[in-house]
Amino acid sequence: MDNNKITITINDRDYQVVAGQTIMQAADQCGYHIPRLCYHPKLSIEGACRVCIVQVEGAKNHVASCACPVADGMKIHTNTKELRQARRDIVELLLDNHPEDCHTCERDGNCELQRLAYSMGIRHRHFTGERKHYEKDLSGASVIRDPDKCILCGRCVRMCSEIQGVHCLTQAHRGFNTVVMPAYNLPFAETVCSGCGQCINVCPTASFVEKNHTQELFETLSDKSLVKVAQFAPSVRAAIGEAFGLAAGRNMEGELIAAMRKMGFDYVFDTQFAADLTIMEEGSEFLERIQSGGPLPLITSCSSAWMKYMEQFYPDLIDNISTAKSPMSMASALFKTYWAEKMDIAPKKILSVAAMCCTAKKYEAARPELDVNGMRATDIVVTTREMAWMIKSAGIDFVNIEPEKPDTPLGLSSGAGAIFGVTGGVMEAAVRTAYELYTGETLVDIEMAAIRGFQGIKEATVTIDGKDLRLVVAHGLGNAHQVMEMVREDPSRFHFVEIMGCPGGCIGGGGQPYATANSIPLDEEALRLRAQALYDLDRGKTIRRSHDNPDIQRLYKEFLGRPLSEKAHELLHTHYEAHLPKGIVSPNLKVV
Amino acid sequence: MATTETTAKTTSATAAERLAQLKTYIAETQENEHPDSFLIAVLHKAQELYGYLPVEVMDEVAEQMGIPTAHIWGVATFYHYFSLTPPGQHVISICLGTACYVRGAGQILQALKDELKIDVGEVTPDGMFSLQPARCLGACGLAPVVMIDDKIHGELTPKRMVQLINQYRKQAKK
Ligand code: FES
Ligand code: FES
Repeated sequence: MDNNKITITINDRDYQVVAGQTIMQAADQCGYHIPRLCYHPKLSIEGACRVCIVQVEGAKNHVASCACPVADGMKIHTNTKELRQARRDIVELLLDNHPEDCHTCERDGNCELQRLAYSMGIRHRHFTGERKHYEKDLSGASVIRDPDKCILCGRCVRMCSEIQGVHCLTQAHRGFNTVVMPAYNLPFAETVCSGCGQCINVCPTASFVEKNHTQELFETLSDKSLVKVAQFAPSVRAAIGEAFGLAAGRNMEGELIAAMRKMGFDYVFDTQFAADLTIMEEGSEFLERIQSGGPLPLITSCSSAWMKYMEQFYPDLIDNISTAKSPMSMASALFKTYWAEKMDIAPKKILSVAAMCCTAKKYEAARPELDVNGMRATDIVVTTREMAWMIKSAGIDFVNIEPEKPDTPLGLSSGAGAIFGVTGGVMEAAVRTAYELYTGETLVDIEMAAIRGFQGIKEATVTIDGKDLRLVVAHGLGNAHQVMEMVREDPSRFHFVEIMGCPGGCIGGGGQPYATANSIPLDEEALRLRAQALYDLDRGKTIRRSHDNPDIQRLYKEFLGRPLSEKAHELLHTHYEAHLPKGIVSPNLKVV
Repeated sequence: MATTETTAKTTSATAAERLAQLKTYIAETQENEHPDSFLIAVLHKAQELYGYLPVEVMDEVAEQMGIPTAHIWGVATFYHYFSLTPPGQHVISICLGTACYVRGAGQILQALKDELKIDVGEVTPDGMFSLQPARCLGACGLAPVVMIDDKIHGELTPKRMVQLINQYRKQAKK
C-alpha cells in the first residue's frame, strides 16, 4: 500500500485516499459532492457557513468537512437523515434573512443560494424572523453593493484581500448586525476598490453586481439619429458561449458580431485591432526606453483595475507605466477621429460602445483624461454577462446564428491581438513586434511557453540583438503587488513587466459569465479552456504579429504617421496621477 | 471603566502631542515578534488618547502598522468598547452591574433614554451628553450608580436622575 494513502469509509464504502487533505476534498475525489457555500479552493478556509457538515463516527458534533482533515480509519457519513435535516435548517436560516425577490433578482437562475435551497429540498419558508435592511451602495463606477442579499460567506472579503491584495472589504460589526463593507462604510466610489469585479465573480448571490448599463444601451440603440459603433474584447468571444450553456472555450467571435448587428449596431469592430495598435505604441515605447536608458522597467497599462490600483498603491512607479492607452480606449479614440473623418460622420453622432470582460472598464471609460476633443471616447461599456443578457432579451438565437465578420478598417487583427486576453499575452505580443522592430529580423519562435500558463508570477529572458532582456508577468492584483515590491527593491531586475488585474488575465475578468451549476467561480479548467480558445485563434491566423497587420500599417500611413508620433501621442497615450482616497494603506500591505 | 479618565485627558493634550504619543506607542509594538497582534492594544491606546476612534486616527494606525484600514474597521466595529463617534461634553456611564441592576438600574437607564432621547452608545444631537454602559463601578454600596465624567452619583431614582441631568444643562447655560 502506498504509505501516503489512508483508508476511510464514506457512507459505508471503503476508499483509499491521500492523507493530509480535508474530508471535503477526499469526498470530492470519491464522487460525493458535499454541499458548500463559504468554501472556495483558491481562498483560505473560513468554516463559517456550516453547510458542509458531515457526520464522523465517534465525533460528538457534526464536522465542517471543508476544514477537517481526513484520518486513517475515519468513518464519514455525508447524507444521513439527520444531516439532511441539519443542513436544511442551516440553509433555511440563511434564507430567513434573505429577501424573497428571486424573480426580480439579477442572479435569478445563477444564484448559488437558490441552487442550494433547491438541492436541499426546501420548498417553502419555515422561519420568519427579524430581517435586516440596508441601503444599496450605487456610488461605484463598476461595482454595486447590496448588503440585503449578503449571506456573509465572506468569499468576497477573502478574494479582495487574499487574491487581489486590495483589502477594500471587511466584515464589520458583529452577530446579526454583521455587514460586508469597505473601511468606514465609505461609499464605494471613495474607496480603494479597483473595480476588478472579482467580488462579483465569487459572490454566491447578488450582493455584488456590476453597475448595469443594459437599459441605457437598449434605449440608445433605438435612437435613429446616432451611428452605433461597437467593439468587443478578445476574452468576450472566448467566454460568452458559457452564458448560453455551451462548453467553456468555444470561440464565439462570428456569432457575437452577427448578434450585435441584429441588436442594432451599425458597425462592429474588433478590440483586437486596437490591441495590435497598443503593441505598436507600447512596443515602440519599450524600444525607445531601452535605447535611451529609461525609465525601466516599462510596466503595461491596459488593465483598468491595475491602473487604479497602481495610482493608489504605487504612485512612485507612475513614470514606469506605459503611457499607451488600453486597446478599448485607443479604439474609441479612433472611432471619433480617424474613422469619423473617413466616413464623414460628425463625431458627436457616434455612439461608441464596448463589450468587455471587465467591470473596471466602466470606470476607465469615465476617466476624464481619456476624452477626445471634449467628448467621452467610450460612451457605454457592458460586460460579457450584460451582453449575453441583452442578446437573450432581444430574442436573438445566438447559438444558431450565422457567424459574421467584423467591419473594416478597424476590425482586422493579428494573432498577437487575440492573445491579449490571457495572462502573458501582452508580453508575448510585444516581444513579437519589438524583436523585429529592433533587429529587423523575423522572430522564429514566437510562442513563449515560459510566460504562458496560470502560475502567479512568470519570468523569462529574451535576447534581442545580443542584449538580455528580463521579462516578468503577473496576473491578479495580489501577484502584481509582489512584483511591484520587487521592482521597488531593485528597479534593474526587470526590463518589461506585464500586469493583468484579474486571475488568468482578461479571460478571468470580473464581467465574465457566472459559474454554471456544475462549475465554480474562476474554475481553473474553464480558464484554461478560454485561454486555449485565444491561443487557437492566434495559431489559426496567417498574420500573427501586430506590425504585419495591413490595416495597422494603413492607419499609420494615412493618419498617425509613425508610432509615438505627435498625433499618436495625442490620441493613443494618456497619463496617470497619484490617488489617495481615504482608507488607503501603503506601502506594505499584508493580510492579517 | 477607563472612560472618565480618558475624556479628561482628551481635553488636556494638544493634537500634536496626542499623535506623537500614539506614534511612539505604535513604534514600541512594532518591535515585537508579531507586531500585527498589537492592533487591539493600539486601538485601545488611541481611544484613550482621543476619547474615541476618529477615522483619521485609524488611517494613521493603518499607515504606521501596515495593516489595511478595512481590517482595522472590522476590528473597531466588532468590539463594543471601541467608540466610533466623539463622546459628548459629558459622558454618562450607567452601571449595569449586578448590584445596580437589582436595585433598579433598568429604570434609571429608561429614564435617561427618555430624557436624552438617545440610546446607549449614542450622543445627544447638541453634543452635550453621551450615554454608555458600564459593568460595576466599584460602588455597589451606593447602587444604583451613574458616573458622569469622573463623578459618581449613587442611590439614584429615575426622578433624581432627571434632576441631575437638568443640573448639568443649567450649568452649561451659564
Ligand atoms: S463550506 Fe465548510 S463551513 Fe462553509
Ligand atoms: S454593580 Fe454597580 S457599582 Fe457595582
